[in-house]
Amino acid sequence: MYELVVALAIGVLAACGTWLLLRPRSFQVVMGLSLLSYAVNLFIFCMGGLRSHAAPIVPAGPPPDPSLLADPLPQALVLTAIVISFAMTALLLVVLLVARGLAGTDHVDGREDE
Amino acid sequence: MNAWPQHLVVVPVVLPLVAAAVLLAIDEQRRALKRTVAFVCLVALLVAALALVQAAGEGAPLVYRVGGWPAPFGIVLVADRLSAVMVLLATVLGLAAFLFACARWDRAGPRFHSLLQILLMGVNGAFLTGDLFNLFVFFEVLLAASYGLALHGSGAARVQASLHYIVVNLTASLLFLIGAALIYGVTGTLNLADLGVRIPAVAAADRGLVEAGAAILAVAFLVKAGTWPLCFWLPRSYGAACAPAAALFAILTKVGIYAVLRVLLLFFGPAGGESAGFARDCLTIGGLLTLAFGAIGVFGAQELSRLAAFSLIASCGTVLAAVGAGQAAVSGAALYYLVASTLGVSALFLLIELIERGRAPGADMLAITAEAFGSAEREEREEIGVVIPATWAVLGLSFVACALLLAGLPPLPGFVAKLAMLDALLRPQPIASSSWMLLALLMFSGLATVVAAGRTGVRIFWAPEQPMSARVSVLEILPILMLLGVGVALAFEAGAAMRYLDAAAQVLHAPGGYIDGVLR
Repeated sequence: MYELVVALAIGVLAACGTWLLLRPRSFQVVMGLSLLSYAVNLFIFCMGGLRSHAAPIVPAGPPPDPSLLADPLPQALVLTAIVISFAMTALLLVVLLVARGLAGTDHVDGREDE
Repeated sequence: MNAWPQHLVVVPVVLPLVAAAVLLAIDEQRRALKRTVAFVCLVALLVAALALVQAAGEGAPLVYRVGGWPAPFGIVLVADRLSAVMVLLATVLGLAAFLFACARWDRAGPRFHSLLQILLMGVNGAFLTGDLFNLFVFFEVLLAASYGLALHGSGAARVQASLHYIVVNLTASLLFLIGAALIYGVTGTLNLADLGVRIPAVAAADRGLVEAGAAILAVAFLVKAGTWPLCFWLPRSYGAACAPAAALFAILTKVGIYAVLRVLLLFFGPAGGESAGFARDCLTIGGLLTLAFGAIGVFGAQELSRLAAFSLIASCGTVLAAVGAGQAAVSGAALYYLVASTLGVSALFLLIELIERGRAPGADMLAITAEAFGSAEREEREEIGVVIPATWAVLGLSFVACALLLAGLPPLPGFVAKLAMLDALLRPQPIASSSWMLLALLMFSGLATVVAAGRTGVRIFWAPEQPMSARVSVLEILPILMLLGVGVALAFEAGAAMRYLDAAAQVLHAPGGYIDGVLR
């Protein structure tokens, strides 16, 4: 049940992101990329396996059963991915604003469709 | 002293990073100081890259374990022959772009030199890393710097082209993450060598997931490599970028190619179990289509920058199709071709700027229209006596050299590379039908380049519409001559270079030594 909800959430995010990415307005494209990156980040996180009440930290004492622990690596990866996609979105927003100023339109091609 | 070659591996990543940081701290007004720092760093980088090529040529790959962690757990940098050669190539292009930019472009906007260093850091890191996720990080580093360089100089055309470039590459990066996550989810490792061991052993039920992951990953790489049908962004973005940036971008497509070769051949090499040879047909077909698309594009290019961009696409296609043939000898020749054509395209991108400067904008377009519609206007115009000044002659000769290199005519290395590729393709019996197609397309692309370059060259240098006056400083012609000089040296030392790259291709196709070297 839990898996289904997460999978659906990722799917809906990815679908919305893809649709927005293919829209002609540059702001829609940015929103699409943001949604897609949320989907991808969730996806990476899930690749470590979905597990509740499991910490990615090995407790002191005798070596515990690895199946009771969460995989820490996807958590580290997703942090990197979030930071990178966040920074790139910020950069893209600046370029978008400059393009809007220079072309006078927010169409991604710099001119309106005929 | 024994540890020195080990630390050598990390130098091409750390040195540009430090240089970029230092350059950021220096005020924009102190241009001479900035240039000196950047130049010293680039020369040091060149020395390090040469030492790396030397050290990697001794056989076993050099492995640098960051933080001393053992291989599958920590992050590793690996320099084998191919990585070392690519780092050297990137450094040579970086030096050329730097020298060219010193003449005028570094004044067109802030922080050009820092961006160039960061780009080199990302490129070198992508060539040297032995870890899938680090490959992603280095890709992002080089892309972030390339966004800055693509926008350098500003202007409506550049901003518009960069917007497309950034969106396409961000989307490709997301695909990269999906692919990497899928592969990690199944195998539980991100170390490339470890993946090379674990993927052949993956259970049959999970095989589809791994292959899907690798395919998604490959799509992300192929977008960067400029493979048809993922290359439509390339001519416009590269054409709009300022000359030194475009010259450097010639190496970015090669990063994509390198990643495809490294990852696919390592994961699905001959020892790849059930999945051995996965996607090799796609590589061949994609390469052939890309080559055809590039050749047709070159044929129809009306602007010089488009000609250069399409020849870049054609060269990517050639390398992919040749490696898809699955023979180490063909791949070795293809790698030699990759180095030679990168030098040629890079020199051409620099040259275009100098040529365009001496001409009126849109002259290409006008001339072709006039030719096609038999416009009488040409006859009416007064014949212009062309007095070729020395600069114009040098530019003309450089253009001829670029054209010869890209078309694959003697005496430049493009010819040696194509000859070696054809020789290796025709050696096994029976000859595969894809080999015949590659052969035909190689011939066609050579012809298309000769015709297109000849047409453009005649129009620019022999029968110009307007009198030309190009004021070219030594600093601008020097990097072009340097790149072409490296090309000529490559032709003179073709035997040694080919042996080296053949050995690199052997490792690529039989990655056992690479895997053992890393996991040892």
